[in-house]
Amino acid sequence: MSIDKGSNEVGSPIGFRLEADSGVPTYLQLVQQVEQALRLGYLGEGDRLPTVKEAVQSLAINPNTVLKAYRELEHRGLAAGRPGQGTFICGTLRRVGVAEQAALRGSLLGWLTEADAAGLDPDGMAALFTAALRDFLDSRGERRPGRRGNAGRGGRRVGEVA
Amino acid sequence: MNAIESCLVSKRYFRTWALRDCSLAIPAGHVVALVGPNGAGKTTLLNMAAGLLAPTAGRLTVLGGQRPGSDSARACIGFVAQDAPLYRHLPVGDMLQVARNLNVTWDNKRALDRLAGLSIPLDRKVGALSGGQRAQLALTIALAKRPALLILDEPVASLDPLARHDFLASLMTAVAEDGLTVVFSSHIVTELERIADYLVVLNQGRLQVAGAVDDLLARHRIFTGHSGELLLDSNRYDVVQAMQAGAQTRLLVKTAAPAEPAPAGWLGQRASLEELVLGYLRDPAASALPAPDLAAAARSSRQTA
Repeated sequence: MSIDKGSNEVGSPIGFRLEADSGVPTYLQLVQQVEQALRLGYLGEGDRLPTVKEAVQSLAINPNTVLKAYRELEHRGLAAGRPGQGTFICGTLRRVGVAEQAALRGSLLGWLTEADAAGLDPDGMAALFTAALRDFLDSRGERRPGRRGNAGRGGRRVGEVA
Repeated sequence: MNAIESCLVSKRYFRTWALRDCSLAIPAGHVVALVGPNGAGKTTLLNMAAGLLAPTAGRLTVLGGQRPGSDSARACIGFVAQDAPLYRHLPVGDMLQVARNLNVTWDNKRALDRLAGLSIPLDRKVGALSGGQRAQLALTIALAKRPALLILDEPVASLDPLARHDFLASLMTAVAEDGLTVVFSSHIVTELERIADYLVVLNQGRLQVAGAVDDLLARHRIFTGHSGELLLDSNRYDVVQAMQAGAQTRLLVKTAAPAEPAPAGWLGQRASLEELVLGYLRDPAASALPAPDLAAAARSSRQTA
């Protein structure tokens, strides 16, 4: 048996990977990868996610972790299980247009230049951005954009958003 | 149903106590990691569950009250001892035949399919297999009897990283397929979080931690703050381990309620399972055990027995 299980992932457009030291719980890493794939267009409505067995085989993780991730995706309205067939994407994340993204990126680069001139190092910039994002979301009375429903037991802090 | 239940179980080898007053109730359907340093009593506990050792004191049952070592318990338990003991001079096919003759239930097709999937040739001598292949062969034999409870003593201790990953992947696949309960011991604490959803920590023969991993992680936090401001409400927090570094203090804290926020001025962070395990192992006096009435419940069941 080899580690590369590419052939087992036929039928799902994505495969999962894990970061051991990220501090993000394993099931949340899977959830975030599905969201990321949705934002980047690798996954669309009707696509099948890897089966529990496929994910378990390629990552060597507890099957309950995969089930928990899929339950969380169902909570967020992004996926739905079809008995005997697997879990399928049924929702979309609001995607921002390319031109809009480029404009936002431009203004962020402007801010980064300012921060650099003020003597802030990259970690300082990241910390400042994370803190500001947290304040912004708190002021709007939500913890995370794009979330629907209950986060389940492992409710995460905004600081953990990748 | 509890996969393993013990009430005040102790085991003594001559003058040494390997296990003292161990009261446990491990629910079925979990992947249970039994963790602790060498000599903590892990192998003793597993051997008792497999029916190979009798407790010196106390009572231990498996799979909903069965006596370990009874015919019915043995038929439902797969056990792989440390270093996967197999007949090294036998070819793999003959080794399967031996195991088939020694077990009441045996799914030969499953065993052959697994070995084919792993590209382990049936005519190769067991002793000529790699360590990873031998571990997979032992797992194949244990799974071929379709056990409800699979007990593995240090299954990955001697495997290289690739073989370890492959072994754990096929173990987890078996869990996904069969929904069996797995109890495995390990002194490697990294990667545990991926595999185990129930944790038991033994230290110096005593039970230190037992519980579902999610619950344990929800009730443990790392607090970081300035030294000298150490005023924690002991009703809400229980300090497991404190690490002092000049101006900074870092605490591993057990909280009374899940996801308890840090006190003002302190940074609260999620504790990893590794940090949790190491924190407890460094302080053998600390413990995190569920169900304080477990002993009482077990006592009443002993009276009825």
